Amino acid sequence: MTEETTFHHGDPKDQDRPIIEMKNIEKHFGRVIALAGVSFDVKPGECHCLLGDNGAGKSTFIKTMSGVHKPTAGEIFFEGKPMHFEDPRDAISAGIATVHQHLAMIPLMSVSRNFFMGNEPERTVAGIKFFDKKHADAVTMEEMRKMGINLRGPDQAVGTLSGGERQTVAIARAVHFGAKILILDEPTSALGVRQTSNVLATIDRVRKQGIGVVFISHNVRHALAVGDRFTVLNRGQTLGTAKRGEITPEELQDLMAGGQELAQLEGSLGGTV
Amino acid sequence: MSNAAQPTAKPDERIKEISAFRKALIRPELGGIVGTVAVFTFFLLFAFDSGMFNSQGIMNWSVVSAQFMIIAVGACLLMIAGEFDLSVGSMIGFAGMMIAIFSVTYGLPVWLAIIMTFVLCVAIGGLNGWIVIRTGLPSFIVTLAFLFILRGFTIFLPQVIERKTIIGGINDVAEGDWLAPVFGGKILGNVFTWLGDAGLIATFERGTKQGQPVVDGIPMLIVWAIILIIFGHVLLTKTKFGNWIFAAGGDAEAARNSGVPVNRVKILMFMFTAFCATVFAVCQVMEFGSAGADRGLLKEFEAIIAVVIGGALLTGGYGSVLGAALGALIFGVVQQGLFFAGVESSLFRVFLGVILLGAVILNTYIRRIITGER
Repeated sequence: MTEETTFHHGDPKDQDRPIIEMKNIEKHFGRVIALAGVSFDVKPGECHCLLGDNGAGKSTFIKTMSGVHKPTAGEIFFEGKPMHFEDPRDAISAGIATVHQHLAMIPLMSVSRNFFMGNEPERTVAGIKFFDKKHADAVTMEEMRKMGINLRGPDQAVGTLSGGERQTVAIARAVHFGAKILILDEPTSALGVRQTSNVLATIDRVRKQGIGVVFISHNVRHALAVGDRFTVLNRGQTLGTAKRGEITPEELQDLMAGGQELAQLEGSLGGTV
Repeated sequence: MSNAAQPTAKPDERIKEISAFRKALIRPELGGIVGTVAVFTFFLLFAFDSGMFNSQGIMNWSVVSAQFMIIAVGACLLMIAGEFDLSVGSMIGFAGMMIAIFSVTYGLPVWLAIIMTFVLCVAIGGLNGWIVIRTGLPSFIVTLAFLFILRGFTIFLPQVIERKTIIGGINDVAEGDWLAPVFGGKILGNVFTWLGDAGLIATFERGTKQGQPVVDGIPMLIVWAIILIIFGHVLLTKTKFGNWIFAAGGDAEAARNSGVPVNRVKILMFMFTAFCATVFAVCQVMEFGSAGADRGLLKEFEAIIAVVIGGALLTGGYGSVLGAALGALIFGVVQQGLFFAGVESSLFRVFLGVILLGAVILNTYIRRIITGER
């Protein structure tokens, strides 16, 4: 899928060079070793799924990537250069955007105010800077139309949108503000079937624009639907990275759960997990 | 997969069309507007002949409403930013007392006393905010502590320094001061003289002021109220910072994730609330010519009630400065109107409670329609 894209110019090596590369990341919280040497990279236009069960270290790892935590050991290269994020704002301005499952949107505020939250366009009238609502509304309507969301108006409150639509607005916002890496933290875990496919379709659309997507999930089927590569975390370590087509859902599931126990459970449940 | 959802937007067949009229009606200020109309209708019917709607009467309830408006604007922005300030009333007493102590007791020029008081009170407001942010405690508790701390100092300081709880004589020291009239003066005196001469408003019929209008100008208190309302409304709805206020109160964590400096916004709003309380205090001190230790009692609740009548959400993230101003107007008109109507003044509280409840129920309903809450 990535090979035939027309969005990339220049030599093909650039395409294969990761936007972000994280090597042997370790993170200790006091006596707890949350991450014990995790390596991960994201290339432009790919969707790299990070899978793992609860407590595997997924959240700690993406927080390290988005500048919330500083790694105890390990190296981060961003576009080939060593990188140290002091806080999340550094990561955001470098182009790493995180869309959280719940903490993405403010339900009481309108879509356009949410869309430009923290990045408000301004217009100067008589020496005073005003929030350029007209521009904000126009851009919001346009971006929402592109994403397939029909708004009654830019003043519609986010609270009236469905969970999937909120995720989509958050993704559209990150893309609009120039994200190079989009980290999606369990974007589908609270959604229904139809909303999930909408979000997965959005991820696919974003990937085609040359943005690297990091898709965190513990749902193997959602991951396999859009993922190009799959990395499994277990107990703070990388269990390996597989390419699309190299691994079956069952193998992924086993890796995530750490093997045997789930195999037994699955047997008793008739392979429905 | 890639063709699963084309970017075509179809209207959702499960959403009813809303008429333009209903849409125009549904706004945070609706409760305040309905309440204002109801209150004015009531008093026009029952108290029209009482003098409530002649020039003195209008000035009477306008001044009281303007007092409520000044503190309501600050409380409104702070509440939308997700915090409370229960120390507003004590701050009013404290600020007035500090002006009196600086100017009367220590003999500083009044303009310097006013500026020093503003700096001190805004700094205390900032301290309130800083403690709330640093400790993560509810602002309800932190500002409740300051309610007592400031009131305590307001009673303690004049007793130690002057051996009394009311300091007078501010009018004498304010004579000829350049800053005092900005808070205690009146404007448009000529217009009112002309109106009096033309027989449009009442004039004194005898005494030394014979021929002069009874209402001889618009007090600066009202001017301050209007300035603060316009400032607050423009700040909230027309600027980047206003968006940050909504975001900070709506969901502080989501706002931080989007790069909104939530802590700064909240602390600045605490400072603005303190500023409004100080404006109130200075106007009051200049009007009365004295500062008393019991000034501003219960004002924090009156401000919060005005804001809530005006459609703001107690938990933050939603509200309107214009609504809060209407809430303050309702408050002032009811308080003074019952007096004009000759109603037993204790019924004021009953009336207020009924209006508060009615407005809040209406506002909750409107908000559900706007935001899709269930």
